[in-house]
Amino acid sequence: MKKERIAKSTKSTWITLGIVVVAYVIMQTLAETGVLSSLVKGLLVPLCTYAIMAVSLNLTVGILGELSLGHAGFMCVGAFASAFFSVCMKESLPAGPRFFLALLIGILAAALSGFLIGIPVLRLKGDYLAIVTLAFGEIIKNLVNVLYVGRDENGFHFSIKDVLSLGMGKEGKVLINGAQGITGTPKDSNFTIAAILLFLTLIIVLNLVNSRSGRAIMAIRDNRIAAESIGINITRYKLLAFSISAGLAGMAGVLYAHNLSTLAAQPKNFGYNMSIMILVYVVLGGIGNIRVSMIAAVILTLLPELLRELQDYRMLIYSIVLIVMMLFNWSPKAKEWREKYSLKRFLGKKAAKEEA
Amino acid sequence: MSSFFTFLINGISLGSIYAIIALGYTMVYGIAKMLNFAHGDVIMVGSYMVFLSMGSLGLPPVLAVLLAVVVCTVLGITIEKIAYKPLRKASPLAVLITAIGVSYFLQNAALLFFGANTKMFTSVISLPAISLAEGQINITGETQVTIIVCIIIMIGLSLFIKKTKAGQAMLAVSEDKGAAELMGVNVNGTISLTFAIGSALAAVAGVLLCSTYPTLNPYTGSMPGIKAFTAAVFGGIGSIPGAFVGGILLGIIENLSKAYISSQLSDAIVFSVLIIVLLVKPTGILGTKISEKV
Repeated sequence: MKKERIAKSTKSTWITLGIVVVAYVIMQTLAETGVLSSLVKGLLVPLCTYAIMAVSLNLTVGILGELSLGHAGFMCVGAFASAFFSVCMKESLPAGPRFFLALLIGILAAALSGFLIGIPVLRLKGDYLAIVTLAFGEIIKNLVNVLYVGRDENGFHFSIKDVLSLGMGKEGKVLINGAQGITGTPKDSNFTIAAILLFLTLIIVLNLVNSRSGRAIMAIRDNRIAAESIGINITRYKLLAFSISAGLAGMAGVLYAHNLSTLAAQPKNFGYNMSIMILVYVVLGGIGNIRVSMIAAVILTLLPELLRELQDYRMLIYSIVLIVMMLFNWSPKAKEWREKYSLKRFLGKKAAKEEA
Repeated sequence: MSSFFTFLINGISLGSIYAIIALGYTMVYGIAKMLNFAHGDVIMVGSYMVFLSMGSLGLPPVLAVLLAVVVCTVLGITIEKIAYKPLRKASPLAVLITAIGVSYFLQNAALLFFGANTKMFTSVISLPAISLAEGQINITGETQVTIIVCIIIMIGLSLFIKKTKAGQAMLAVSEDKGAAELMGVNVNGTISLTFAIGSALAAVAGVLLCSTYPTLNPYTGSMPGIKAFTAAVFGGIGSIPGAFVGGILLGIIENLSKAYISSQLSDAIVFSVLIIVLLVKPTGILGTKISEKV
């Protein structure tokens, strides 16, 4: 019995990973043979970015069971940390190792901020945690928007006022220019790298979910007090999941930053709206269902770009989707209705009839 | 020194608006145990109502405000009936996501109806400013009215809860829903009433907010809404005097940090206050501790 169950989860992992590989091969062939329009081609890296975000948020929302509304904040940390590094090292390192190091820095910076935020925040529950993560996301965005960093022959200069107060020498170069952000980030990421990172994300998350730690995390989600009473270290596992989730969001941020030459923290890319968008992917794909949330992220990023006419209604439709999904899943009337018309029961009836 | 007082008084005025919004959060949280994310957007709807009825229909300010209050009350009750009531027994996560959905829905519906352009809101208040200290401190009519309205609402609401049957029912439901129902309290009605009062207050807050800061767009309500929630947590969620104290303090902190530290960082400072409060005293200044039963 036990063996069977383990085999099932492994099988599901292989299917998920297989989907990514097949999708990558198809897209890459289509792109190389020139079937894809430049619009879709330009979307390939963002698709992977949002899929990584969705998977990483699903780790927090679905597996850990806590609502984080500041996920874009971690993405912002990863993006800015790595873009800063890449801009600094533009001349001194070749593209390959530079991106690899930038990736490491982005992930570590985001995971570290997730860890630091997590220590106080994870003591809170439910709504409080949601609002604090939201506040954190806004703080990050605010801080990044007032940060000015420049470099000249004397080293780095920091300021939170303006470029002039950096007090740089003649040779000085502004690296982070407040609300204008970072310009001139090398375009180091491409679809192959993005797909590999998505693949890695899935391996990390799915292995975590099916591991001892993953079961501990899910036990905490299902009943915190019961989990604590059998000796699970709540803080440790919560922090583990939260930091990994933040680190993966940072990885998505690195991809995002290295796909654009200009990086600035605006409400639409790193604000509350972005966090909500990712949440929509997770909710639509299924809270706790890693594979489908990834697919939902891809479809929901692709659809509005292909159906430009719907652009105005997109967010309205998303909001209705959120409400209807929740009502459909939880309202007593919907539950009744689902039981009445469920496919399983229908099939069960058929089977029963055939037996008779 | 006089500039300090000006900042302080403006802070109290902003804080009064936060306090009125925070009341809506705190009452709903106390009774339905949910964070009504859409509360901030009800403020925006109320402001648009006043803007349209004064601009397009040419109603006098008092009627326009009354209309906004009625519309918001109906809106609040409708939201509760359609989106929140079926989820009474659902997980807190589901309720929170629904509330975010409602908030988003209101914002984007407003975006479609009223357009993304920021509108210039004409103040509904036409009181002359008071000059103090030989004209060094100016208190505008908006500031005076905001502070007075806030105090009236606080006193009125406290009396309502202490002296009337409906108010006592609200207290009972927030204490123990099941027991209140057994005692013959109409729980559904009480929850609707709470949403109605909260939304009516949101309309008032919206008018005051837009009179003081005269810009209006579909996202006007979301930031003050989140900050007012911060204020409610700061003062102790579920507590009405707490919402008042938290709101005023937060308004002062925001305005003083805008004046003396950095105008761009004031939001970050306000949110840091929230995080610090939740770490040091998660129940807020005037909140009571509830221990968890197994």
